[in-house]
Amino acid sequence: MVKLAFDGLVVLLLLWLAWQTLACADLFKAILQFISFSLVMALAWVRLDALDIALAEAAIGAGITGALLLAALARLRASLDGNLSGDGASPDGREVLPVRGLILAGVALATAGLGYAVLSLPETAPGLSQQIEARLGDSGVGSRVTAVLLNFRGYDTLLEMVVLMLALVSVKTFSSTRHAGAAPQDVLQVLSRVVVLPLILVTAYFLWAGTDGHGGAFQAGSVLGAAGVLLLLSGWRLPSPHTGVPLRALIAAGPGLFVIVALVTLLLQGTLLTYPPAYAGSLILLLEIAATFSIGATLAMLFLGGLPGDEDRP
Amino acid sequence: MTLLDYLAATLLLAGAVFFLAGTLGLLRFPDVYTRLHALTKADNVGLGLTVAGLAVQAESWQVVGKLVLIWMLVLLAGASVAHLIARGALHKGIRPWTP
Repeated sequence: MVKLAFDGLVVLLLLWLAWQTLACADLFKAILQFISFSLVMALAWVRLDALDIALAEAAIGAGITGALLLAALARLRASLDGNLSGDGASPDGREVLPVRGLILAGVALATAGLGYAVLSLPETAPGLSQQIEARLGDSGVGSRVTAVLLNFRGYDTLLEMVVLMLALVSVKTFSSTRHAGAAPQDVLQVLSRVVVLPLILVTAYFLWAGTDGHGGAFQAGSVLGAAGVLLLLSGWRLPSPHTGVPLRALIAAGPGLFVIVALVTLLLQGTLLTYPPAYAGSLILLLEIAATFSIGATLAMLFLGGLPGDEDRP
Repeated sequence: MTLLDYLAATLLLAGAVFFLAGTLGLLRFPDVYTRLHALTKADNVGLGLTVAGLAVQAESWQVVGKLVLIWMLVLLAGASVAHLIARGALHKGIRPWTP
């Protein structure tokens, strides 16, 4: 009874926060509400017993996405010189109504379709969990989530890594001017110095625990990225000898190693990303380590809005 | 219920009272500085009491260590963020409330 009431409260809070985020005219408030939404969403995933997704939601949804949105808002305000109403209303009020009706009809149709699909599901659907359970021994890891992400559906993760790298390349292409941030404050410097070490420890823990329990490369990478964001906020910059090839190599390491493993397995066995069971465990750990560093570096550089050192070039 | 359970329940309830007071302060206090005061004080003590209540019932010392670590991190983050927000507000020219 208490659990049911709690779950109902979480659902209502989610709906209300989602509505507030969309309807809020002030973009800063909307971002804060989006962060709150992600935190409550993480709580909902915990209640659904999906701890890996809850960790990812809290680290990526609330943490890194929130930081990226706030950084984007700061740039938007700087480029528009504070002239940002965010009202969204059309200057000609009459044209909006039919469009709104059309959108409303589309959303209603999609909701009805989704509702029908959910209601027509069988009462208990085992999905693919039995097949995963049966082949878990061959995967080289003890965690079902990691087995799916890095072994059974490895090419999905490979493509995700490439998408992340492409996002950074796009940001780097479009960010032309870099305005200096506000002068770092003492409190922020102390905070970042104290917190970065535990963050690195948590990264290592997620990475190591991911093979047999909850955690994994994406959670570990986003915690590492958060450490990078905190350091960047406190005024720290990567020393210039490391910003060129070393940083780019680190960012490319995750997708690069994935592609190398894919090619080697393709040449040796004729199938993409099919690890020999004897080496699967160590291969997955190697891939996860590379992916963690790449994700962390990519997310921190996304926050910076490109790669350091670009402004020195003509 | 044993004596430990009563102790844990008392600590948890006391923590909840602090959270309630902090939320009330956040909603009802007149300006950003007084709201920060209400929020951070209540969060720190409220979470400390909650952590103490959970630590009493913890199964092992490792769990107690993790709980205390969480509390310390929240203390650090809460105090720093409150300072940063207050400084930002002062910098923007928001005057502290005077009755």
